[in-house]
Amino acid sequence: MSDQSTPYLSLENVSKTFAGYQALADVSLNIRQGEVLCLLGDNGAGKSTLIKVLSGFHQPTSGTVRVEGEEVTLKTPRSAAERGISTVHQFGGTFPLMSLGRSFFVGVEPKKGVGPFKVFDKKLANAVVVEQMQQMGITRVTDGERLVGSLSGGERQVSAIARAVYFGAKVLILDEPTAALGVKEAAHVLRIIMQARQRGIAVVLVTHNVTHAMSVGDHFAVLIHGRKADDFAKGERTREEITDLMAGGEAMAELEAELADLTGTTNDIH
Amino acid sequence: MFDFKALTRRAEFAAFVGTLAVYLFFLYFGWPTFPTVLVTAGWVNVAAELGIVALPIALVMISGHLDLSVGSNIAAAAITYALLCGHYGLPDVIGLPAGLAVGTFFGFLNGLIVTKTKVSSFIVTLAMSFFIRGLIFGVTKLIVDNVQVAVDVDPWVEKTFGGRIYLAYENAIYLFLIMALVISWILYKTTFGNWIFAIGGDETSARAAGVPVERTTIFLFMGSGFGAALLGVTTVALYGSAQVSAGQDKVFYSIIAVVVGGVLLTGGYGSPLGVIFGTMTFAIVTSGVNSTGWGADWSLLIIGLLLLVAVLANNTFRNLALSGGKVTTTATTPDPPRLPEPVLEPSMEKENDHV
Repeated sequence: MSDQSTPYLSLENVSKTFAGYQALADVSLNIRQGEVLCLLGDNGAGKSTLIKVLSGFHQPTSGTVRVEGEEVTLKTPRSAAERGISTVHQFGGTFPLMSLGRSFFVGVEPKKGVGPFKVFDKKLANAVVVEQMQQMGITRVTDGERLVGSLSGGERQVSAIARAVYFGAKVLILDEPTAALGVKEAAHVLRIIMQARQRGIAVVLVTHNVTHAMSVGDHFAVLIHGRKADDFAKGERTREEITDLMAGGEAMAELEAELADLTGTTNDIH
Repeated sequence: MFDFKALTRRAEFAAFVGTLAVYLFFLYFGWPTFPTVLVTAGWVNVAAELGIVALPIALVMISGHLDLSVGSNIAAAAITYALLCGHYGLPDVIGLPAGLAVGTFFGFLNGLIVTKTKVSSFIVTLAMSFFIRGLIFGVTKLIVDNVQVAVDVDPWVEKTFGGRIYLAYENAIYLFLIMALVISWILYKTTFGNWIFAIGGDETSARAAGVPVERTTIFLFMGSGFGAALLGVTTVALYGSAQVSAGQDKVFYSIIAVVVGGVLLTGGYGSPLGVIFGTMTFAIVTSGVNSTGWGADWSLLIIGLLLLVAVLANNTFRNLALSGGKVTTTATTPDPPRLPEPVLEPSMEKENDHV
């Protein structure tokens, strides 16, 4: 384990309160390069708040955020981005009616020409986006003029990840990237996550899906009611234990028994 | 080879089809008056004047906002010009730029209020529209005790902003073409243009990507204020007077032209070329009716129908573009949203797998 090295990004006793409601309480996390940290938890457990703190949308009410050991304040998403923290939202956070080339470079548009006649380099933008998508295994994309909205959910996720990686993200925060995807597409996105990890990127994966988490995760943190209920490395817990934790501590077996009472047999629950 | 499918996927294609359709319609029903040089000049002038206002508004609408204050802004610029030069006798080199500055300033106010208060631009610019109209009514009545101000326009202004190119064709056509080139340049060739699409597509994502959303939005409202002011001073140059109530009809006409031109009302999509077709379609319908002998009253009915048809057609073409050219619209994953929950599967529970 690489527990001795300084984590790239870390939270120390971070709390976040919204008008009297405590969304996060005393959460500490270490996010290391070349590792996938899976953030697990039920709806409302505080996962969204946590990634908003990490990506600069929210500032913690108390506690410290460190980047490479140095205490920082991530005031805006931009200041987080400048430190290499990149967030990809559930639907890819992209612009459905923009061309792939244009949307890939929003905010960091490539230019060509001189002086006041510098223009947006559409050719370069389109070429780069096609190349990046091809590298990520989306081979059917051959034209950067294509609208983002014409891609499938998985392809949009992949393009958003490709964008973050291309612009040198050190930390990649993925919010439920596989939630709305079919089995094949989800597998593709998980493979891309492994590729990013291999490049030495720290990945924070927020998910509901224990199977997806177990297939790529190196480290796991479980949130319950804004508190970190458990924090463990790969291989330290069984699938049942993780599932139980995610169900809010209530044993899954109990739930299954309850369901069985209602339906007669567990096998019908699918 | 000529790629017809790629052409149909362009934002302006539906708008072009619309323009062609209404032109052919009036060519048939307005024969032989409609295609004459003078009648053509009539609708081209209407299109040019409307386009000067509609093109900058198109950028505002692509960014996801609306500007309902342009009508009042047209009058504000015209009245400023006419009061300074016609009433106070200042030279046109002061009055004309002052008119443009007033329009741009009200645009700046719109942008500032919209970005600072987060109140919808629909409400902000509607309020601003009444505010400006009331202001110029009050000020003009106070100064000249009238609702219109006459002005002796300098010959150089008459030759540039006013005046005719050939027969009845107004110089406004030049302004329209320059405006079209500038707007297209901004939208397609500058990074600023990319930000406009991004803000209209998803403001939060645009901000997260580092786009200066506030600055861009304020600049766009200044642009639409300037466009309205440009038309305001142009009408003064053409007719030698300014009226307090001028430009009222332009608010909805410009929005109609922009929407017929294929700009999505919710933002994120559209093209200046489409808006040019939109203004032409609008101008052909309003002027063409006069060639038919049916009476001008019917033009409003046709415009109403046209707006509805245009929006429906635009939706169809946009879906076509989103499907990447395929005729069917199955752009999204074909898998049903039912996700199997693997943890409940008995086979998986048996494997006591440590990862």
